[in-house]
Formats: sequence, structure tokens, C-alpha cells
Amino acid sequence: MTLSLLHQILDYSNRSNPYPLYEELRKTPVYREDGGPYVVSTYYEIRSLFHDPRISSDTRNRTGSAADPLGGDSHEEAALPPSFLKLDPPEHDRLRRMTNRPFGPPHSPHRVDGMRPELREIITGLIDGISDPSRFDLVEEVSYPFPVTVICRLLGVPREDEARFHVWADTLAASLDPDPDADSADRGKVANEARMQLGMYLAGLIEERRKNPGDDMLSQLATAKGEDGPMTTMELLSTAALLLIAGHETTVNLITNGMLTLLRHPDVLKRLRREPGLAVPLVEELLRYEPPVQLVPQRTTLAEIEIRGVTIPKGSPVWLVLAAGNRDPQRFKDPDRFDPDRPDVQHLGLGSGIHSCFGAPLARLETQFALSELARRLEKPRLIEDPPPYRQNAVLRGPRQLHIACDGIRP
Amino acid sequence: MVRIAVDLNRCQGYAQCAFLAPETFAMHGEEALLYNPEVDEAHREKLLQAAAACPVQAILVDAVDVPAKAVSGGR
Amino acid sequence: MGGDGTLDRLKRKGRIVVVGASLAGLRAAETLRDKGFAGSLTLVGDEPYEPYDRPPLSKGVLLGKASADRTALPRLRNVDAKWRLGVAATGLDMGARRVRLADGDEVPYDRLLIATGVRARPWPHEGEGALDGVIVLRTRDDSAALSRMLAAGPRRVLVIGAGFTGSEIASACRERGHHVTVAERAAAPLVGALGGVVGAVAAELQREHGVDLRTGVMVTALDGDAAGRVRSAQLSDGSSVRADVVIVSLGATRNTEWLYGSGLGAGPRGIACDAGCRAFDIRGIVTDDIYAAGDVARCPHPLFGYQFLTLEHWGNAVAQAEIAAHNMLSESVDRVPHMEVPSFWSSQFGINIKSVGVPSMGTEILITQGSLESRRFVGVYGYQGRVIGAVGFDSARWLPFYQEQIEAAAPFPPEFSTVDRRTDGQRPVDADFPDPSVPTHGPTVTLSGYAPDDRRMTFVPAH
Repeated sequence: MTLSLLHQILDYSNRSNPYPLYEELRKTPVYREDGGPYVVSTYYEIRSLFHDPRISSDTRNRTGSAADPLGGDSHEEAALPPSFLKLDPPEHDRLRRMTNRPFGPPHSPHRVDGMRPELREIITGLIDGISDPSRFDLVEEVSYPFPVTVICRLLGVPREDEARFHVWADTLAASLDPDPDADSADRGKVANEARMQLGMYLAGLIEERRKNPGDDMLSQLATAKGEDGPMTTMELLSTAALLLIAGHETTVNLITNGMLTLLRHPDVLKRLRREPGLAVPLVEELLRYEPPVQLVPQRTTLAEIEIRGVTIPKGSPVWLVLAAGNRDPQRFKDPDRFDPDRPDVQHLGLGSGIHSCFGAPLARLETQFALSELARRLEKPRLIEDPPPYRQNAVLRGPRQLHIACDGIRP
Repeated sequence: MVRIAVDLNRCQGYAQCAFLAPETFAMHGEEALLYNPEVDEAHREKLLQAAAACPVQAILVDAVDVPAKAVSGGR
Repeated sequence: MGGDGTLDRLKRKGRIVVVGASLAGLRAAETLRDKGFAGSLTLVGDEPYEPYDRPPLSKGVLLGKASADRTALPRLRNVDAKWRLGVAATGLDMGARRVRLADGDEVPYDRLLIATGVRARPWPHEGEGALDGVIVLRTRDDSAALSRMLAAGPRRVLVIGAGFTGSEIASACRERGHHVTVAERAAAPLVGALGGVVGAVAAELQREHGVDLRTGVMVTALDGDAAGRVRSAQLSDGSSVRADVVIVSLGATRNTEWLYGSGLGAGPRGIACDAGCRAFDIRGIVTDDIYAAGDVARCPHPLFGYQFLTLEHWGNAVAQAEIAAHNMLSESVDRVPHMEVPSFWSSQFGINIKSVGVPSMGTEILITQGSLESRRFVGVYGYQGRVIGAVGFDSARWLPFYQEQIEAAAPFPPEFSTVDRRTDGQRPVDADFPDPSVPTHGPTVTLSGYAPDDRRMTFVPAH
């Protein structure tokens, strides 16, 4: 049986290299197969849609659940209200503004910049602690614990509870996937359960932070007195869950994809060792070349819109395939080449428009620190397995493990 | 000193610069950007991080050092 | 390269002169070198400073975030030019291809780019304008002088004219804690550029931030004390305002006087050029060796029915400079037209105001997203059934969509629904622009008809 193009993209066997399929997809910039979502894969069209006010992020605007046979995610709303990721203005703007208050400018301009020493200390500790340089799993020893430790400190979530929320976070991340093969209702139930548990866990923490507020974001969100007033408890739970999951599930892939890409481009790895500043443009190119969020499957048209001659009716689900747009030859010369010197890298890797990645500055710094330190300290690193085994997830795509061998760890 | 200018036509207030190089860039309200057009050499590294992170590539940074004497007054 | 080799010779050893050493002049020089121009390049500027950026002068500098003498523009590449700074161009001999300078020198050219921009319109009464404490804001010297005046702790600042610059100054002064009065002839600030509907929001913003905003009034006289310091201003409603700093913010005048009598199609409204930035002579014939770019250029715009547009916009200066430089060095078939949709920004009272297209051409406005009341909205302007402009208050990320609507001449009022549509957005209303025959201060976009010639009209504010 031949699978349809969308099924092939979602099919696990193609996880290690979906790019030829994306190339196929781009031949039809607005692609649709039998009653499914409208899939947009070319750079300029995706960029336009990110700024198009006729596109909603709130899946409740879809007409009829049958409109999305490849798997919707409407069930998840039951346990907690939707986070700002899945809301439109003005609710989105209000919640994001309030969440930003203890995180970034204008109110907290030094929060992320001030984390630099801490980031350096954490990554140094993790690389120091690599158990067996002759064979180790980068995901387990560096890429996963690094962003998780950071998000826990930032939010004020005890690191030792990680084992508990790790499972919930994974389940919820998996639920983002429009997986055609799993039983949708079943998956919804599981995700809902995970959301409920995570919500209850966070509710306990927030209760504690209200009594004993610290410098962390949860404390500040729980006790906020900005012009928008405080968040409701339910809003706070949704927001905290979003930050925890996003901090968990995306940067880990960016770092792992980054090291994998470097090991496949030894010349660049060598350069990075000599020139740590290269990490800055390199991470931008990485966000283009191997974006941690491959596609955004939850947009909906609020009006009939026409793109590239295709009319999309009101209420239709629209997918934006960022990873395909990032390799659109109409926008990027020689798009399949990984080139950290590429000028003008305006990638789609962190989205664009009002929903552009909330944690972007942190993700950038973490990945810059991680890759430059790994390049500097690992002696003659080699891939043990190429391609490595991938996680199931097609949306948040990345290796499940990345086994590396090296001759030693430099101080 | 490094000279910079921001093309505020392009700027959409993503604030990446203000996160990464707060000595040079600041948000004024939710969306408006204020910046210091002359950046101390000590902040060059962070400035380059900010310029690279700008999602709309709006930050223009000196590509050449122009010695002051290259610019002479009239007679 | 095709042609008869003329272009090749020009590229190798031609002489290009750029008059005007600000944003457009510098970017043009850089582009010329980028495109392989290896001949001699001369930049002439009347100010004694290397090219500097002006937007910070009315924002960051007044807020103490930047210093007036430290806003020099970054250099995107080496230009290897001869700089004639601190000396103004005073005349043009089109036949002999020479630019006359104030110091008596003449500079010969094979190609000339004129980017002399605009200057602030001074207070019309010379004696009153010369009082201590009366100032305009256009140059870095102006900005430095104003910063010093503000640092001295004035009892009250009077801003005459509530266009973008005047409003930005008022905003900065309030943020620094000064008492501020703003006098505006129209019914609200920003009406010339954005109309009365949006102007009403700007007025509320000013008043909320403690500005003593007087609208529908003119300043009729400025009075000084015995020492020649400004002391108060008389208003047309019979009231007076005591102020020790008065900022005259009545828009700009184009620097074209030096071209009068040269035969070039230059007048108070700018230098007429074609879509490729080539200047017209007074007979309406396009020249092939003289180009104009930036605030001083009047170019026909295909998106606006080929009406001549003058844009006092940062992005326009850059775009036209690049186009003029490219076209100077290109065969006619390789030349490119200036088609960029105008765009503009201002920040005041903590709000980022951006516009695309030409709002002032609009007759109606529809608030498609957000609400006027929340100070976070997008307003779309309609003209003859199509979208002609849009303005956003703290809504920059949506404007690219409206720019596409303008480029596509999309129908107005838009029929589609959007996120965040409120009651304001149910139907279009009159955009409430003032009578076009009454000039307003600093509209930033000036439409000036279809003819390349320019009547020598002068605008004297009715003060």
C-alpha cells in the first residue's frame, strides 16, 4: 500500500529525513488530500499567513470535527483552559503580556541576560559529568537535562520533581502530533489525563509560591499586580503548563539536532572549536536547517482566503510546514546546504507574528552555550549511529538518543 | 565604539535585542524600541548576538571602522 | 555589459557627486561601490558632520538614552569617497555638469545624485524666532541644544504643532517630568497624517500623560523678556502660555532653493523625478545624468495612480538611494522602478505607531482589529473602494498583511472577518482628514498631482 504524502510525512519510518518529502510537498504550495487540512509549505506563503489576521490559532473556530480527519486536538481543552498559544487577541495578547512581565522587557529586561553565568555553570557541570566519554547518549546527559534544569530554575519548579512531570510533558508533546494511526479519542483521553495531573501538580506549587514567593516566574505570576491585574488560577495553570512543556520539549531537539548537524559537518565543528562566536549565526542557520518545531498544525481560517490560486473555505484547518518553508529554494539559495555564514537568514524556525516563540532568547542562548562548549570540550567526537533513533513525534522532531564517542573531555 | 542603526520600519517589536543586549536596546512600552546608536566596544559580542537574533534583520552594524580623519571638513 | 561602452567607462573612471550627506547620500554611496563603481565619488554636505541618523534625535536623545553627537550612521561598507562636509551646494550648471559650492569651489560630475532633504520650517516671525529658548528640531545641533535647554529645567515647554515630531517631543518632555503645553491648529494631533478618528486617540494619549493640549488654536505671537529670552506665547483664542522653551514643529521645507534657475524641475515641493529616480528638467523632460533620492524627491508611484509622492520616510530614503545608485550604473533595460509601499513609524507615550501605504489619501477608516479605546488596534483606510493605507497602534506584526492588501488594491471595506474584531470594526466611518487645501504640519506624505512641473507655491503657516 502506498501512503499518501501527508501520511508519509507523519509516518515514523521517515522521521530521520523528511526533507525529500517536504520538497515533494512544496511542488503544491497549498496541498490538500481528501478532505484533510490545507498544508502550506512554501516560505513566502507561510510568512504571509503568520501575519494574516484572517487566521486563528484557536481551533474552536474550526467548523465541525470532521474537517480534520488526520487528528484534531479539541479534547485537550477540557482539563485546563487553552494557553495563549491557542488563543487569539485580545485574550492572547493579555495573557502573553502578563507572562512576559516577569520574563522580559520592558518590565524584566535583565532576566534572560542575567542568566548567562548560570547557563555556563549548568552546561559546564553537565559536560564535566559525562559518565563515559567513549560512549554516551548526548540527549540523556546534556541536551535534555540542560534546558530542563534551566526552565525549572526559571519557573521555580523543583528539579527533583522532574521524573514526575517528565511523563506528563512527553504525553502532552505527543498529543501535539496529528497522528493518523492512533485512536484519536483515546489519545485525547490520555493527554487530558496528563494535563489534569500536571495541572494539579502545578496548582500545589503555585499555592506554595503564593505563601512564600521567591524570585522565580511562578511566584511572580502568582502574585502579579500589573495593569492587567492577576491571572485567574486556571489561566495561571495553563500558562505554567505551557512554559514547562515548551521549555522541555523544544530546546532539547534544537541542541541534539545541532550536535548531529555538526558531527555531519566536521569542518564547521572544527571552526566552532576555534571560533566560539560562530555559535551565534550557526544557531540561526540551525533553526532554518533543522527547526525543532517542524510544523504548526493548529491554525484555522476565519474567512475564505485565497493563496496561490487555492481557495480555502472559512473554518478550515491549515498547517504551516515551517521545516519545508525553511528549505524553499525560492527564498534560500542552495537550501539543503548547512551554511553558518549564510547571509540574511530570516528563518521560520521560531515562527513569526504574534505567536512567535515566547522562549526564543533563552533557546538561542542555551543552544549557543551548549554547542560551543561541546565543540570546545569533546575530543574527536564521532557519531556512533547515523541516523540516530528518533522520537515518535513528527511536529517536535528530534533524536531520541544521540550516541557519541570521543577520546576524552577537555577541561 | 561600534555604530548601529535600527531600521524601525522593519522592526516588529520581537524584542530579541532587548533580551540579549539590554545595555544597548530597551523596549519602551510593549512594542517601541529605544537604542543607543553608539555601543561600547565591551558590548560588541552581545550586540552581534542581538543583531543575529533579530527575526526581521533590522539591526545595522558598522561593517568597517571609519577613522575620524577620513571625514574632513570643508575648507 | 551591453551598450557602447559609455557605462563601462563611467564605472571605471567616472565622477559621481552626491549632494546631501545624510541617510540617502550615504546609502547611495555604499550602493554605488557595491555595484562596482570604481571612479571618483564625492559627498557634499552642508553640516560639518559625517552622516548621522535622525530618528533618535526626537526620541532616544531627548530621553537620555542616546547622545545627540553620537548618532552617526553605521557604515555598511567602505565608500572611499571625498567628503566635502560643512559646505553647502549653492548652484548647479546642468550644461557644464558642475555643482557650485558655498566656498566657491566647483565640482564636476558625470552623474549627480541630489539628496539634500528637508529642513525644519522656522517660526515665521524672524525676530520672535531668534529669541533665546525658541528652537526647531531637525539636526543634531538642534537636538543637542534642546537637550541642554531641557537639562536646565524649564518651568514649561511649549510645542507648536502636533505632528509626529511635535508629539514625540511632547512625549519625551513629559517622560522627563517637564510641564508641557502643545498648541495645534487642527482639532487633534496627527490629523494631517492619520485623520481625525485616529487623531482623537492621539489627543487622549497626550492628555492622559499630562500634556496641556490646546487644539484648534494658533500661536499668534511669542514674547520675550528684556534679555531676549522667550517668556510667553499668545494664542488665537486670546489666552497666553508662559513657557521658557518653545519648540517650533511646523513641518519641513525642501532644500531645493539652490537649484532654482538651474533648469532642473525643482521647487518647494521637491525635485520631480521618474519612477527610476531620474530628475526632470523644467520642461518636463527627464534627464539622464541627474537623480534624486530621499525627502527631496517627488516620484510618481504606480500604486497610487502615478501621482507624484514625496515621502519624508526613513525607509524611502534608503530605498530610493539604492534605486538611484543602481539605475545610474545600469543600461536602460536594467533599470528598476521605485515601487515600495510607503511605511512610517513613530513612538510616543509608550505606543508604537506604524503606518503603511498612504493613509492621508483615505476617505474612510475601518478599525479591523482591536479597539481605539484600548490603544491597540489596526485601522484600514479606504479610497474609492480599495485599501490605500493602514495604521497600527502597538500592532506592528499585523501590518505586513495590510501592506499586501494595499499592493493588491484589495477592496474596501474588507469583507473578511479577522481575529479581534470589535464593535469599532463593524462598519467604516469618515477618516476625518482636514480639508486638503489647508496644509497641515508634517503629513510625511505629500501628494502633488500628476505633472512633473511644480508651481512655485509657498506655504506660510497662518500664524
